[in-house]
Amino acid sequence: MELLGLFNYWVFAVLLMVGFYAVIAKTNMVKKLLGLSIFQGAVFLLYITMDKVDGGTAPIIQPGVVDAIYSNPLPQVLILTAIVVGISTTALGLALIVRIYEAYGTIEEDETQRLDIE
Amino acid sequence: MTVLFGIFLLTLLVVVAIGIVRTGNLFTAVMLTGIFSLLMAANFFVLDAADVALTEAAVGAGISTVLLLGGLALVPGRERNRRRLHGLALGIVSLITLMVVYATFEKPRLGDPSAPVHQHVAPWYLEQTPILVGIPNVVTAVLGTFRGYDTLGEVIVVFTAGIGVLFLLGLPGAIGSRKTEEVQPGNSYLGHHLIPQIVGTLLIPFILLFALYVQFHGEYGPGGGFQAGAIFAAGMILYSLIAGEREALQVITPRVLIGLMASGALLFGGVGIVSMLLGGNFLDYNMLADNPVAGQQWGILIIELGVGITVTGVLLAVYHAFAARGR
Repeated sequence: MELLGLFNYWVFAVLLMVGFYAVIAKTNMVKKLLGLSIFQGAVFLLYITMDKVDGGTAPIIQPGVVDAIYSNPLPQVLILTAIVVGISTTALGLALIVRIYEAYGTIEEDETQRLDIE
Repeated sequence: MTVLFGIFLLTLLVVVAIGIVRTGNLFTAVMLTGIFSLLMAANFFVLDAADVALTEAAVGAGISTVLLLGGLALVPGRERNRRRLHGLALGIVSLITLMVVYATFEKPRLGDPSAPVHQHVAPWYLEQTPILVGIPNVVTAVLGTFRGYDTLGEVIVVFTAGIGVLFLLGLPGAIGSRKTEEVQPGNSYLGHHLIPQIVGTLLIPFILLFALYVQFHGEYGPGGGFQAGAIFAAGMILYSLIAGEREALQVITPRVLIGLMASGALLFGGVGIVSMLLGGNFLDYNMLADNPVAGQQWGILIIELGVGITVTGVLLAVYHAFAARGR
């Protein structure tokens, strides 16, 4: 039961590497991008896991409630902004892929490399 | 019970992630990413991060799925030359997974109140927010004032990424040689589906209203500029899917969108400059009113508005850049 407290971290490790696998092993660029967003999601999960306090609640202070336990607000702030930055950078990557497709006619990395050599 | 629910959600998350990587159809992969984000949002909620859950649901499950689909409409939807499994990559990945899992045995257990992360500045934030800022939502207080520099930086990053996309793809009527009138009118996405059209049309005003609520209620409940911007953009994207790309570009014109992108970030920075002119430090809201607490509240309200405007502008402009390129 004690080890279940680490389950979130294990899921973080697995997700991180599932995303990383897509980045290094797949040749399709959209797949690489999706892999990066899984990787990113794993990091979000790690941060948010660390904010949890036993018996705690979301850090919104209620007037009149004295002995409430609040979870840590700091990781939440960091990840809240990171999510919006993440979608912006994903969009930028996708725009690059669209332009690569228009220039090369393919979004498979090995084929663009072959076209570059020719 | 909550623990079991969390474990169930996390297991599903892993299954979905593997599904995203394994499937050869990119449309399937993108739809699975939407599910991945929704599960992630549920997880964040279980872990007490209401603000983050709202952001992930609006941005990850909503906007990012639409953006990826818009991008996929311009590139082939199937993966070519699929290898079954890449042995070397699989080996490296398994090895690193085992190493990271081994490292987690040193980590504090989930919810341990004596973990180092809870000993540093967090108790100070929770204690001082009601005194110094006087708003209930500590996340908004940290975001807006204690770590206002970070947030300004993030807004600039979002703005920069938006500019990058617009320079790469162009936006008819603002960037590039195409005019708004050259974009095909009428809708093609939901053209044959009556029920989504009617229901969507009914929902749009309420989505926009909810976005405004999230924007201006962010000090009291989960919400704020980032979430509100994403929800507002989602409402307008829905309009564009129902009414058509050119029609949507005529409601909020591309030049206005570019203006929104810049003015939000400028508003945020402007608050910083004004507080300097009033004799404080950069982004020191105490100077904005006679009473420091009221000054903080004004400051947070204005910078959240700036964040909301920039996020709306960037997400909407990026969506239109993808959607208009194919039409």
